[in-house]
Amino acid sequence: MLDCTPKEPVPSDAHTIGKINPVKTCQPVGAMYAALGIHGCLPHSHGSQGCCSYHRMALSRHFHEPAMASTSSFTEGASVFGGAANLKTAIKNVFAIYHPDIIAIHTTCLSETIGDDLPTIIKQAEIPEGRYVIHANTPSYHGSHITGFSNMCRGIVSYLAESDGNPKKERANIFPGFVNPGDMREVRRIVTEMGVPSIMYPDTTNVMDSPLLNKYEMYPGGGAKIEDIKDSGNSKMTLSLGAWSSDEAAATLQDKCNVPGVPLKIPIGVKATDDLVMAVKEGFGVEVPESLEIERGQVIDTLIDTHFQYEGKKVAVFGDPDIVIPLTEFLITMGMIPKYVITGTPGNKFEKIINQMLEEAGIEGSKVRAEGDLFELHQWIKEESVDLLIGNTHGKYIARAEDIPLVRVGFPIFDRAVQPLMPITGYRGCLRLIEMISNTLLERRDRDCKDEDYELIL
Amino acid sequence: MTVTDVNVDELVASFPDKVKKNRKRHIVKKNESAGSCPQIEANTRTVPGIITQRGCCYAGCKGVVVGPIKDMISITHGPIGCAYYSWGTRRNKARADDRTPPEQIYSTMCFSTDMQESDIVFGGEKKLAKMIDEVVEIFHPRAINVCSTCPIGLIGDDLGAVAKAAEEKHGIPVIPYNCEGYKGVSQSAGHHIANNQIMEHIIGTGTEELDGKYIVNLLGEYNIGGDGWVIEQLLEEIGYKVNSILTGDSAYVNIRNLHKVHLNLVQCHRSINYIAEMMETKYGTPWLKINFIGIEATIESLRDIAQCFGDEELIARTELVIERELAAVTPELERYRKICRGKTAFSFVGGSRSHHYQYLLRDLGMEVVVAGYEFAHRDDYEGREVIPTIKSDADTKNIPELHLEPDPEMYREPNLHLNMSKEKYDELVASGRLGYYKGMYPDMIDGGIMIDDANHYETEELIEIFKPDLIFTGIKDKYVSHKMGVPSKQMHSYDYSGPYTCFRGAVTFARDIANALSTPAWKMITPPWEQSETKRT
Ligand code: SF4
Ligand code: SF4
Repeated sequence: MLDCTPKEPVPSDAHTIGKINPVKTCQPVGAMYAALGIHGCLPHSHGSQGCCSYHRMALSRHFHEPAMASTSSFTEGASVFGGAANLKTAIKNVFAIYHPDIIAIHTTCLSETIGDDLPTIIKQAEIPEGRYVIHANTPSYHGSHITGFSNMCRGIVSYLAESDGNPKKERANIFPGFVNPGDMREVRRIVTEMGVPSIMYPDTTNVMDSPLLNKYEMYPGGGAKIEDIKDSGNSKMTLSLGAWSSDEAAATLQDKCNVPGVPLKIPIGVKATDDLVMAVKEGFGVEVPESLEIERGQVIDTLIDTHFQYEGKKVAVFGDPDIVIPLTEFLITMGMIPKYVITGTPGNKFEKIINQMLEEAGIEGSKVRAEGDLFELHQWIKEESVDLLIGNTHGKYIARAEDIPLVRVGFPIFDRAVQPLMPITGYRGCLRLIEMISNTLLERRDRDCKDEDYELIL
Repeated sequence: MTVTDVNVDELVASFPDKVKKNRKRHIVKKNESAGSCPQIEANTRTVPGIITQRGCCYAGCKGVVVGPIKDMISITHGPIGCAYYSWGTRRNKARADDRTPPEQIYSTMCFSTDMQESDIVFGGEKKLAKMIDEVVEIFHPRAINVCSTCPIGLIGDDLGAVAKAAEEKHGIPVIPYNCEGYKGVSQSAGHHIANNQIMEHIIGTGTEELDGKYIVNLLGEYNIGGDGWVIEQLLEEIGYKVNSILTGDSAYVNIRNLHKVHLNLVQCHRSINYIAEMMETKYGTPWLKINFIGIEATIESLRDIAQCFGDEELIARTELVIERELAAVTPELERYRKICRGKTAFSFVGGSRSHHYQYLLRDLGMEVVVAGYEFAHRDDYEGREVIPTIKSDADTKNIPELHLEPDPEMYREPNLHLNMSKEKYDELVASGRLGYYKGMYPDMIDGGIMIDDANHYETEELIEIFKPDLIFTGIKDKYVSHKMGVPSKQMHSYDYSGPYTCFRGAVTFARDIANALSTPAWKMITPPWEQSETKRT
C-alpha cells in the first residue's frame, strides 16, 4: 500500500505546494450539511451539477442517509453570462416541485469566480408567501468544509434570527459545530439535563440519522424549526461550540440581537465537557444534577481503571480543527502522547492552541500543522512511527502501509457505519472514545503477541 | 398496476409547464407492436432546480476515464473539493503486474493544486507548474495527467501550455484535459474529452511488438470490484491475450500499445465508443460490442468474439469453457433464482449499466420495469443508427471532435486485423455484430418505461406506481429507496461487493440480490404495537 511514496522520508521542502492526500475538502459540503439541519430545508448548490452531486455523495456515504439538494445546473453559457437566470428558474422550480419551507443557497467556486450577486438575485426571485430563501457565500478557494459550515451558520443567523426587544428568555442557543447528529443529540441532552431549555441549530438529528418507518418523508421530522431559529435572538446566551465552525455565527447573533456568545470547545473529553457544564451552570445559575456527576465520575473511574492500556502510547491525530483540538486535549488526559497533530483547515490558532496544550502537559518533540496533508503526516511517520492513528477514513492507507491501527473519528468516514448515531461528545462520549482506543490497542496486542504471551485477562 | 397502464402524462402532471414539456420528451414507454424506438431526448441540459443524479464533465474525465490509469499521476488543477471527492470513491481496483511494479501505482492517492483566492485572481499556472515539478521529483511517474475544474476555464489558465512546458522540462508526457465541470451537460462530456486526449497523446506511441495470436483490448471496463480481472482471466483461458483494459487497472505503458491489437471489445459503449471509433478510423482496428454482465450475455459475447476470429480451435475452447463454467455455477444460481424469480426492478445508472444488468436480472427471473441513464445519448437508448440524425446543440458543440485520417503507416484494413476476407468481414458488420450497438430499447419489456436523467420527484412517483421489489441506483438515491421500503443496490460501487462479471460474478450478484431482498429487518419495520392482532404472528 502506498508503495509509490519514497521509502525514505523526503526533505521537508520537497512538497511545498498543493495537497497530496488532503485532510480537508471544500466549503459547500459544510454549507450543505448545515442547511440540512433546518427542518424543511432544501440546500441548493449554485454552480454546475458536479459539485452538488459530489457533496451529496460525500454526505450520503458518511451518514448512510439521503442528502437532498438541488442545483442551478450551470452550463457553459451560464458560466460566461452569469447564473442569475439559472438561479431564478431553480428557485421557482424547487418551490413548485419539492415544496420546501426554505431554500438555503450556497455558492461554488464557479459562481464565486463569475461573481454572481446572490442577494440581488434572491430579491428578484419569485418566493411564495411564507417561504424563505437564504444564502451563504462559500468559495472553496478559501478555507475548507468547516469554513463553509460556519458561513452557512452565519447566513442562517443573519437571515432569520430576530430579537423582539423584550428581556431575554432563560434559554440557551446551542451552535453545535460540524459534528454528527449523535453528538448534537448528546450535547443537547446535557443542557436539558441541567434544566435549561435550548434552541439548537443546525440540528441534523433525525435528519441525517433518521429512522426507517413506514412512510418516506422528503423532509424528515428533525432539524431546527424556522420559528425557533427566529426566536433564538431572544435567548439569554449562545453556547458556541468550536471556534472554526460556530464562532462567526455566534458573533453575528451577538451583533444582531445582542445575545452574548460563550466560545467553547466542542465538548470532547472531560475538560471540554466540564467547560460546557460550567458555562451552563454559571450562565443560568443552575445546579449540576447528580446524574451528570455520576456520568463524569464513571469516566474518571474508567480512566483510572484502564490507563495502563494506553498511557504513554504515541498517537497521530488528524481531522477538523474543532474536533482535533478537544480530542488532543482528551488524549493528553488519557496520558497518551499526541505525537503528530494535523488539520487541513487553515488557521494559525490551531498550531498555537495545540502547542500550548502540549507544553502545559510537558510533552516535547511533537509536530503540529494546520493546512497540512496526509502525505506530510506519512513522511513524519516514516521518520518516527506512532502506535495509533486517530482520524477519518482517508487515514486507512497510511494505517495499512505502516501497519498502524486506526481509530475512526471525524468526517468523512466512508468505510464504517453506525458512528454518526453514536456520540464522542459529553461524558458518555468519553467512555466511547476510551473503549474504541483501548480496544483497538488491545486487539493489536492480541494479534501480534507470541502464543505464550497471549493472555485471557488484560 | 401493470406496466401497460402507466400514463407518462400523469407522471409529469404536477410539474410547472416548462418542466413538464421538457421532461415528457425524456420518457418513453416501450410499445412492442409499434416496432422501432420512438425518439427520446437525451444528453441535453437538466432544468435548473431539478434534483438530478448527474455529475459533471470533470467527474466523467478524471473520475471515470483517466483517474484509474494506475501508473500515471493525475493532478487536479483547481480548488480542493473536486480532487477530494474523486479520490478512491469509485472502486476501480488496480494492482501491480509484470510491467508495473507497486512503486509505480498512484491510483490510491489524491493530488490537488488546492487553488487559493490569490490563484483565482492572479492565475494558477505557476502553481500547477511547480506542483508538477514537485511530484516528478518525489514520485518519478512515467506520465502525468492534468485535469482542470470549473474555475480554471474562467480565469483562463492555459493548461496546454503548462503541460507542454513541463513535458519538455521533465521528458515525460504531461497530458492536459480541459474538463471543466460546466462543459457539456453531464459526465458524458468528460468521457469524450478524455477519449480525445488519450487518443491523441497515448495510443499509438508504443513500439513494442505484442505476443499472442489473438490480441484484444477491453474498452470501457473500469474494473469496479475487480470486474475486469474476471473477464480478462476468462478470455486468457480461452486463448486471447488482453493487451489492456481501458481504463480499469490499466497502465500508461499498455495504453501506448492499444493500436497493436486485432480487435477492440467494448463493454461500456457510452464512455469509450469515441476511442473505439477513432481507432477504427486511424488504425482500422475493428470493434465489437460485448457484455459480460449476465450468464447468457457472457456466453453470447464469448461466441461473438470467437466468431470474429473464426478459428475452429478457439471456437471449441470457447464452448468447453462455457460448459465448464455453466456447470460450476448452475446449482448455486438455482438456489438464488428461487428467491429472485418474478420480482421487478428499476435501474437508474450511468450510460450502459442499466442495459447490461437487464441481462443478468433476466437470468435470475427478474424483470426491469423502469430503466434509465444519467448521462447517455440517444444512441444508448435507440441504437447507433440514430447517430447521424442527432442534432448538436450549444452544449455539445463546445466539446472538440477529433477528425482523424487513416494513419499512413499503421492503418490496416479491418478485415486484415481479423485475418479474414473482406466479404466475411462485411457480413459480420451487416449482421450487426461488428461496430454496432443496438441500445437499450430492444431489451426493454413491453410497456416498460425508459427514462432519461430521472430526477428525484419522478423516481418517487414511479416507486409509488410500480412498487418495485428492488432498485438499482447510485448512492444519492440508495437511502431514499430504503426509506420508501424498497431494497436498493448501488450499481456504481456494488455496495462494496463484486466482481459481478461473467459466470461466477453472476453468482455473487445473485447472492447479494437475494440477501438484499430477504434480509430479516425488512419484515420488522412496523413495530408490534402497531400491528393488528391478526397480522401478528
Ligand atoms: S468546483 Fe469548487 S465547489 Fe465544486 S467540488 Fe470543486 S472545489 Fe468544490
Ligand atoms: S458503465 Fe456506466 S457508470 Fe460505468 S463508465 Fe459506463 S456509463 Fe459510467
